[in-house]
Amino acid sequence: MELLLSSAIGVLTAAGIYLILRRRSFAVVLGTTLLSYAINLFLFSTGRLVVNQPPIIESGVTAYTDPLPQALVLTAIVISFAMTAVTVMMALGAFLEGGDDRVDMPRADREPGVSRIEAGEGR
Amino acid sequence: MNHILIAPVVLPAVMGALIILWMRADLLLQRVFSIAGTALLLGVALYLNWMASSGEVYVYRLGNWAAPFGIVLMLDRLAALMVALTAALALAVQLYAFGSGWDRKGWHFHALWQFQLMGVCGAFLTGDAFNLFVFFEILLIASYGLMIHGGGPMRLRAGVQYIAYNLAGSTLFLAALGVLYAVTGTLNMADMAARVAMMPAEDTALLRTGAVLLMLVFAIKASLVPLHFWLPSTYANAPGPVAALFAIMTKVGVYAILRFYTLVFPQDTVIEGVVMELLLPAALFTLAIGQIGILGTRNLGRLAAFAAIGSVGTLMIAVSQFTPQATTAAIYYIIHSTLAGAALFLVVDMIGARRGDLWLRLDGVMPGNGLIAALFFATAIAVVGMPPFSGFIGKLLVLDATRDTPQAIWIWGTILVTSLIAIYGMSRAGSLVFWKAYEFQDVPLAKMSPAAARPGPIPTKLEPDEHIQDLGDAASPALAASAVGLLLAGIVALTVFAGPVTRFAADTAAQLHDPSIYLGAVLDNQEGTK
Repeated sequence: MELLLSSAIGVLTAAGIYLILRRRSFAVVLGTTLLSYAINLFLFSTGRLVVNQPPIIESGVTAYTDPLPQALVLTAIVISFAMTAVTVMMALGAFLEGGDDRVDMPRADREPGVSRIEAGEGR
Repeated sequence: MNHILIAPVVLPAVMGALIILWMRADLLLQRVFSIAGTALLLGVALYLNWMASSGEVYVYRLGNWAAPFGIVLMLDRLAALMVALTAALALAVQLYAFGSGWDRKGWHFHALWQFQLMGVCGAFLTGDAFNLFVFFEILLIASYGLMIHGGGPMRLRAGVQYIAYNLAGSTLFLAALGVLYAVTGTLNMADMAARVAMMPAEDTALLRTGAVLLMLVFAIKASLVPLHFWLPSTYANAPGPVAALFAIMTKVGVYAILRFYTLVFPQDTVIEGVVMELLLPAALFTLAIGQIGILGTRNLGRLAAFAAIGSVGTLMIAVSQFTPQATTAAIYYIIHSTLAGAALFLVVDMIGARRGDLWLRLDGVMPGNGLIAALFFATAIAVVGMPPFSGFIGKLLVLDATRDTPQAIWIWGTILVTSLIAIYGMSRAGSLVFWKAYEFQDVPLAKMSPAAARPGPIPTKLEPDEHIQDLGDAASPALAASAVGLLLAGIVALTVFAGPVTRFAADTAAQLHDPSIYLGAVLDNQEGTK
């Protein structure tokens, strides 16, 4: 169980970091999504791994699972979902207005008089 | 329990929602309500300062739940001061947004502005670590919208970069909180502080990991080197008034570092050394890179952005000492650098509106050259920290506070040498833009380089530029200029009343370095809670 969960978090994080380091915005969006999955799993595990235990107080029950990480994960899921939507809209806007979907800034941002086509950074 | 404590969060939230629901189509109504909301926020913030000046720490328990279980808002001197600074900055910059016409350039400027204020004020007031994350997200989401206000390919692209960087930062924040929760079993900052203090020294490996992760998150927000890469493109591409409001955003990161590492991980606990050893070199590099950037850049927007990085460097040098005297200097410098940094972004935006772009290049005399030159001159003096303005006093305080430390030679050397570099960079930019402009018309065409040898006083624009708002769109250039004047008046007041402000900052620092008042206010005396 511990091995399964920790390796899942590790693989998701590694894949997420690889993807957010890519140059195209679609890969970056996927990367942030994978990273947020990894973090949600990690947050879940911070309340210790317990199986089949209730998160709320019941009579006659002595062993519980920690309910707080579940509440945190719920908040984190909502926020990361909204963030993914915002990122997709921004990336789409940048693609439609700028003509390509690279995430790095073109040379025209730093030097005057460079159009992106001249600098070979166009589509 | 005093409900006024939650007003700086609720007021902008309600105002933002009202603006978006009822006033979507009417800009005048939006302006009236938005400025009224910000003015009211400033009034509330001043009242909170008056409350906090008694030295007491006020607690607001949401839903009246007992402390480690419910979320608390906390009001102490530092939180009250930061809220007041936010409101005052927002009010002045909002006047600029009206005057320059920036708020007409796209939709929902005022609603996003209010949500941004809500997030910033909430981050200053909260006493719960996870709640801090939520307020960070609120201010970030609003800032994404504000940053791309007005649109344009370059700005959108910078926006995507900004959002990607900050999403990674938010993920790191959650990881840090997860680690801290796993170790301490609580997210309430006061409760966490109490448990960290009781923790045996041999069990703190994971705790130290959490503390350093958290510092990385705040360093991203504060744009400390080497985590500053998001800042130059973002601030340079953001609309002028938005970049000016963002001057408070880096301070949110600084505030969080100051709060967490005096309250939760104070100096004498297990974290000692780890954070301090990392913070000071980072601060020195931040200062150096910011000031060298001022000299090296070819764009006025990036010049202002690098000045913002440099000011964070000076600030973090003071913060990284974690002594009451250095914290006093840091608090004074926070007020100064917020006002000065914002004023610089506004002046740069005024230049852009008249020249058509922000490149540092030779061009004709712009309309209102004298006035803008004077504003730029005053702002630049304040930013680089020369007398007679408050930047000089701030730097003196920082130098004085670090005089007896073992690293004094590094700190003094870096601050003094980089100040010279910044002065040189600012003078070069100012003389190129304002002074040489008079020579420009006299240069015979034959003597100019082929690229510049175009007929007419002003060369044709290089490329259509979305960084700026044309003067033709401006509603009232006079209002815009007087908004900058307001910020400069704040800097002058900070200089004239340096004595009282420093005493106030010293009281604030003393309160910050004695966490027992804060802990007592949250954890003891919980009568009447659920």
